[in-house]
Amino acid sequence: MSRVTTPATLVLVLGGALLLVGLNLGTAPGHALHVPTYVVSLVGKYLCFAILALAVDLVWGFAGILSLGHAAFFALGGYAMGMYLMLQIAGRGQYGAALPDFMVFLNWKSLPWYWYGFGQFPFALLMAMLAPGLLALVFGWLAFRSRVTGVYLSIITQALTYALMLAFFRNDMGFGGNNGLTDFKEILGAPLSSDATRSGLLLITAALLCALYLLARGLTRSRFGKVLVAVRDSESRTRFIGYRPESYKLVVWTLSAVMAGLGGALYVPQVGIINPGEFAPAGSIEAVIWVAVGGRGTLHGAILGAVLVNLAKTYFTGRLPELWLFALGGLFIAVTLFLPRGLMGLLPRSPVPRPPVVSEESAVSREVTP
Amino acid sequence: MTAIGAASDTLLYLDGVSVSFDGFRALNNLSLVLAPGEMRAVIGPNGAGKTTMMDVITGKTRPDAGRVIYTADTDLTRLDEPAIASLGIGRKFQKPTVFEMHTVWDNLLLALSGDRRPWFALGARQTREERARIEGILDTTRLREHRGRRAGDLSHGQKQWLEIGMLLAQDPRLLLVDEPVAGMTDAETEQTAELLREINRTRSVMVVEHDMAFVRALGVKVTVLHEGSVLSEGTIDHVSGDPRVIEVYLGR
Repeated sequence: MSRVTTPATLVLVLGGALLLVGLNLGTAPGHALHVPTYVVSLVGKYLCFAILALAVDLVWGFAGILSLGHAAFFALGGYAMGMYLMLQIAGRGQYGAALPDFMVFLNWKSLPWYWYGFGQFPFALLMAMLAPGLLALVFGWLAFRSRVTGVYLSIITQALTYALMLAFFRNDMGFGGNNGLTDFKEILGAPLSSDATRSGLLLITAALLCALYLLARGLTRSRFGKVLVAVRDSESRTRFIGYRPESYKLVVWTLSAVMAGLGGALYVPQVGIINPGEFAPAGSIEAVIWVAVGGRGTLHGAILGAVLVNLAKTYFTGRLPELWLFALGGLFIAVTLFLPRGLMGLLPRSPVPRPPVVSEESAVSREVTP
Repeated sequence: MTAIGAASDTLLYLDGVSVSFDGFRALNNLSLVLAPGEMRAVIGPNGAGKTTMMDVITGKTRPDAGRVIYTADTDLTRLDEPAIASLGIGRKFQKPTVFEMHTVWDNLLLALSGDRRPWFALGARQTREERARIEGILDTTRLREHRGRRAGDLSHGQKQWLEIGMLLAQDPRLLLVDEPVAGMTDAETEQTAELLREINRTRSVMVVEHDMAFVRALGVKVTVLHEGSVLSEGTIDHVSGDPRVIEVYLGR
């Protein structure tokens, strides 16, 4: 199965992105095959959501940690990138000041200390990973060490993202309050309004998604991944054979938060805004639905689910906005009832894993196998 | 003999262990000594404290009073489950608990003694030695033909053996086995007794069991628990002739 699904996933993601970019840049706007730039950025946004879905699936599908707060890590990564983009505006805002507009509005005279360094792209990128990673590390260390699991853990992840939302809404926090960060001009000197920049961002997002997919795939197939599944299915048994489930969970949880942060960092330049709404609890729940629809515990399923559900969302919110939440809820119920293994469950069930004895250098076992 | 002296030539020494749950005394000043290489059967009516005793030894439950001394100088009551497992104490649960989504092979691979840290597991590759050890366990537990099957697809008896196989893979010095033959056919029960005797050639074993025929078949020293402490101890013939045991089992 994975002989087919892995290359198929990579080809679809990379090939699809390349095709869109080619049709966007290579054809004139009037041409029948022309892909408008807004579609390029829309797909870029879907792929950022796919990165978030991958992160959610890694902890939920493989370690049994149902996070209902993963959008918090995504949004933190987004804010780190937003701060960089904000400082690139310098002097070209409404007030023509060196400070971001909202700070001028608040009568601030200088940049608060926690904005230092964000003018540098590498620093902002590093923080897009470090901020969610550190938060996850501290949160996970406290929660897993105290053996908080199941629905209790899910509830505190909701509380986490809700608390962050309330904090970021405050103007005094210095992140633009209600309005968030927006009016970006350029990234690394490239104007964000240009088609080429948009296309480049889509390609980078597709490439990052593929890289993270391969990383997650390698991780889940390693012995580490086997321990994770063991923890998911029988945590106490794992403990009695000498593993510390909390260490394994902490590693995958932190890694997953970093992945989500990277997704958020690429999301912000493509949608052009980050505000506290990204922390809304509903956003994290939606991410869980993407994974459930695609197929929990299959990495390609998470990607597929994120793209399909968001396509549907774009369609519905354009045509029948008042019906979208009903459609989403109905979809979740239908998947839970009829497709417990998601869309991937429709594919033929993967054959029982091959006995590992037929692997490369197993001379010993081949001798004893009849 | 002093308490210290008693601990030095024993593998496991429960010294006055008491556990209460909401006022119910599950273990009441329980003392018990297990010699290295010994196999011991522990019997007792429901609620006698058998499973609680296992929980205390493996670190799942912390006693209110008493010590559990392992190999002369380690007090197990201060350690948690993974630490106790790493000291060489393996536990088989009453209900077979194997990793259902993993193959028989992977179940054994995960249980093999070795480095348990995430960083090691991230880069771990199966070594020739690990394969050889798994092959050996597959033979002992008669699961050779099932190595590639998902553990969840095995029969009840096969799951019990797989779990025993996982315990062997941990390479423990002491095996705690909770009702290994519950729900087994007569043939499987007999094979299990044989398997435990074989394991006992190199390891100490403590078996909790209800099935008297099985305990008789094991032919080892028996400890009878009642209301959280030892009621009687000796051969199966000795304890089954003990009037106090008869009273507990048959009622007044």
